[in-house]
Amino acid sequence: MNKPRFTPLQIAMHIYAWSVIIILLFKFFTNGFSANPIQDLERATGRHAITMLVLSLACTPLNTVFKWSEPLKRRRALGLYALFYATIHFIIYLDLDYGLAWNLIIPEVLQKPRLIVGFLALLLMIPLGITSFDIWKQRLGKNWKQLHKIIYWIAPLAVLHYVWSKKGNLLSLQGEVLKPALYGLAVIIFLILRLPAIRKAFASFSLRRRLPSEKQ
Amino acid sequence: MSNPFKSVPIRSYEITPKDVYFSRRDFIKAAGVVAGSVALASCAPNAGEPSEATVAAENPVTISGKTTDELGDPLNSFQDITNYNNYYEFTTDKEGVAPLSQGFTPKPWSVEVSGMVKKPKIYAFEDLLKNFTQEERIYRLRCVEAWSMVIPWTGFTLASLLNEVEPTSDAKYVRFETVMRPEEMKGQGSPFYPWPYQEGLRLDEAMNDLTLLATGLYGEDMPNQNGAPIRLVVPWKYGFKSIKSIVKIELTDKQPETLWNTTAPNEYGFYSNVNPAVDHPRWSQASERRIGELSRRATLPFNGYGDQVASLYEGMDLSVHY
Repeated sequence: MNKPRFTPLQIAMHIYAWSVIIILLFKFFTNGFSANPIQDLERATGRHAITMLVLSLACTPLNTVFKWSEPLKRRRALGLYALFYATIHFIIYLDLDYGLAWNLIIPEVLQKPRLIVGFLALLLMIPLGITSFDIWKQRLGKNWKQLHKIIYWIAPLAVLHYVWSKKGNLLSLQGEVLKPALYGLAVIIFLILRLPAIRKAFASFSLRRRLPSEKQ
Repeated sequence: MSNPFKSVPIRSYEITPKDVYFSRRDFIKAAGVVAGSVALASCAPNAGEPSEATVAAENPVTISGKTTDELGDPLNSFQDITNYNNYYEFTTDKEGVAPLSQGFTPKPWSVEVSGMVKKPKIYAFEDLLKNFTQEERIYRLRCVEAWSMVIPWTGFTLASLLNEVEPTSDAKYVRFETVMRPEEMKGQGSPFYPWPYQEGLRLDEAMNDLTLLATGLYGEDMPNQNGAPIRLVVPWKYGFKSIKSIVKIELTDKQPETLWNTTAPNEYGFYSNVNPAVDHPRWSQASERRIGELSRRATLPFNGYGDQVASLYEGMDLSVHY
């Protein structure tokens, strides 16, 4: 029997990844944007970039905790989608929003921590995107894994960028903090589940579950 | 001494007298009825097309007939003004406010004026309309999120109300409070904000002729999503100072707490004057997007009203008192 070319998870992932562009195009042709369409575009693409990033971080823990290995094969695509949307988000900010007015953009980016961390997150994603192909994986060998651990820095930076673009105070949980807090919580959980001690605990736990049945 | 702030006076001819205002309102209504009956008479052959009456209702005109502010910038459409709203009592989604606010009941309504006044009084909304001269004022509204609109409000000056209740010599500040109705305003169920919304002004700011208690826009009653039935408009301050659906006005000698100052004290000061030179800690306030325009424009000090209000802050360091 032939294996199906695409798995259901794969299909769902690609549909979800492209859904934002489809929705934005639909809104464009049906006049569905708010009175501030540029902000709509910035928000939709920015949020989707972070969503893709968080989902890419979820793949390894899904394997660690549930022994579900298929997400590991989707990790690269999710990461590339994150880079794709972050790039669109950045271009919208530079061009549509600020009209490439560097006299406004440069001082603002240098001054505002929100923009610094956002820009840094995007910059750090670029080498990961470039080296995501198999040929680079082979060429870099062990270093490839080390390099791609930068994602553990990128994700918190991206979430910080999100938190700081909302009105409110995350530390006192006041204001518009619910959604950024949920993204932050997801990143924290997915990073904790990568700690060697935690990984080992899960590995031995599943080992112990298996052993009694083997003894009988 | 030269004034560094751009001059934007409200000239007396820009203020529409009450009788003209009300006769125009009647005229618009009558025109609507005529247009409606014409549309009815001819509705059978082209039932699918929008009638003139609905077009008139969707694109109302100003009472004064003006289509720009005093700087020559066009008014925002009724559609934009009533479908892009920051009104967290309903939702934080600006497009969600209009549909979610339709169940709100702005009538009957009363406003309690109390505290350090000689003549405290609870005003029925109808009396506020009747007793105080209603004018049309075309103001720029600058949101702290760096977008702006030009809006033709109708209403009366806060000063005229305060003069009637006579603040005592101890009164230094005015505190405002929004209605608390979690059953009609779902956002008030959110634990992330210290409801009810409250705001405040210094007494001299409150007495400034620009400070308006607005009861309508584009010559129509205030839409629910814009703060029905009565809201504050302080055009030289960021939009969140212009508190909506007011039920309480209290004169006090202490600087009132405000919702945003309580939520994030280092980000939203008590004064919150529009100031391109003082940034929000995370956002630049140097430029803004006028809704309906694609490119950004420079933000004006005091939102372009410096001539009328800069003197209120003489000797104050506005980077400290932001």
